[in-house]
Amino acid sequence: MLLEGTRDTLYMTLCSAVAGYVLGLPLGVLLYVTGKGGLCPLPVVYRIIDIICNIIRSIPFLILLILLIPFTRFVVGKSYGSTATIVPLVICAAPYIARVVESSLNEVDAGVIEAARAMGASNIQIIFKVLLVEARTSLVTGFTITTGLLLGYSAMSGTVGGGGLGDIAVRYGYYRWQTSIMFITVALLIVVFQIIQMLGTKVARKLDHRKKSKQ
Amino acid sequence: MSEIEIRNLTKRFEVEGNEIVALNDVSLSIEKGDIYGIIGMSGAGKSTLVRTINYLERPTEGSVCINGVNLETLSSKKLREARAEIGMIFQNFNLLEQRNVLGNVCFPLELKNVSRKEAKERAGELLKLVKLEDKEKAFPSQLSGGQKQRVAIARALATNPKILLCDEATSALDPQTTASILALLKDINEKFGITIVIITHQMSVVTEICKKVAIIDNGKLVETGRVEDIFESPKSDAARELISGKSIRYTPVKNLTTNKIIRIVFGENSAYEPVLANAILKLGQPINILKADTRNINGKAVGEMLLGLPEDEKAREDIIAYLRETGLSVEEINDYAG
Repeated sequence: MLLEGTRDTLYMTLCSAVAGYVLGLPLGVLLYVTGKGGLCPLPVVYRIIDIICNIIRSIPFLILLILLIPFTRFVVGKSYGSTATIVPLVICAAPYIARVVESSLNEVDAGVIEAARAMGASNIQIIFKVLLVEARTSLVTGFTITTGLLLGYSAMSGTVGGGGLGDIAVRYGYYRWQTSIMFITVALLIVVFQIIQMLGTKVARKLDHRKKSKQ
Repeated sequence: MSEIEIRNLTKRFEVEGNEIVALNDVSLSIEKGDIYGIIGMSGAGKSTLVRTINYLERPTEGSVCINGVNLETLSSKKLREARAEIGMIFQNFNLLEQRNVLGNVCFPLELKNVSRKEAKERAGELLKLVKLEDKEKAFPSQLSGGQKQRVAIARALATNPKILLCDEATSALDPQTTASILALLKDINEKFGITIVIITHQMSVVTEICKKVAIIDNGKLVETGRVEDIFESPKSDAARELISGKSIRYTPVKNLTTNKIIRIVFGENSAYEPVLANAILKLGQPINILKADTRNINGKAVGEMLLGLPEDEKAREDIIAYLRETGLSVEEINDYAG
């Protein structure tokens, strides 16, 4: 059971992180590009995405989970279980990811972008060959943070039958007073979180060539 | 036809509701193969000016023509192609931190979809030219400032540009490294006939390698001409200020008001003659040396002196006339405060 729970938790977390990035990464790039000082400032577009992101981010996840039940049912066919949980997780994560990506891209030195423009790079080339490459360390760090957040949220979805470790903790640990199972699930969550964080940090460091000389 | 032709260029910025005129009716022609210096104090508008040459900055009014093509008329695709024909290097090098040296030099070629193999070959040649062939695999963070600028130069030359723009390219470097980078630029100019435009606030950079110079002050072009001529007889306050290296204009003149001061510049021929000693002996008048300096301008030794002359008007005129007779350029300075 615990093994299954761990598997479900990983499934939910990773799937929603990946799907969240499919939505959130382009959105983040769009925020950066249309933002003030971006490659192609479009204040109206920026404001619209900005407001949508803020609205979704300001809704507590548990409420969003319930609000989205009809939508989830429409997409997956049912409103409970780990696959169903992925839908609200993605909706919740995408705007968050968009923000994280935007701030990563903002860190890229404006001078490097100017140099690329001076070499005749198009905006698309600047996005793919300069921005996303130069910001990759920060992007990976952002991915790790987001995945950690989704792990927590996936556990939270356990309260409404979301499956995974959170579900087990609530059903056995809370409703049936089996404290030992509660502790074990919490311990497992901690271990999973640590592994994700460790891997993320390692990959980020490996990809970073900026500080190599000091190692 | 000049290679770079800037006509009546004006650039205005809006900063928090206030309009700032960065460039005011600037006209400038730069000939093919020139090393052209554009010098001015910080904030004078020179960086904006160099950015209009490749249209990173669009002028508010006026035009920029490169080899007769007005950049304003180009589509954005054609403009990008035109930019690839103009290399540019920067004060902060602006290398891609996540790419190694070879990757950086290949970058502009990748943008033009040159094959990987061809790009690597070209990059190899360029790294040899800038004497960094052993650093191919190094990342920018492992290089010194001078090495980074060499990589930036190799990168700027990758697409075989006809023009190289240098925006304060040596301002972040120490004097020795500056000299070696300038020597490299001169070498490139001679080898490939590339027109080089150098933006700087250091007069020493201009005198070291530039053939012609434009002086820009408060968004206005105040003086243009051959470096020797401007160094010998600067006509504008800004030029005098940049040559003397200190602010002449705004310093209150107190202790030296009674002294009459002249600036003399002597070239190769007169540098060996004891002109001053002769003047003193011949005219029997005291001459006070306030400042003396020699500089190397395009390989020629040029000396500069500031002299304090006696109060007596007749004696002063005699001295000036004598100095002029010996072939020196003499200029009266009225508001020097040493």
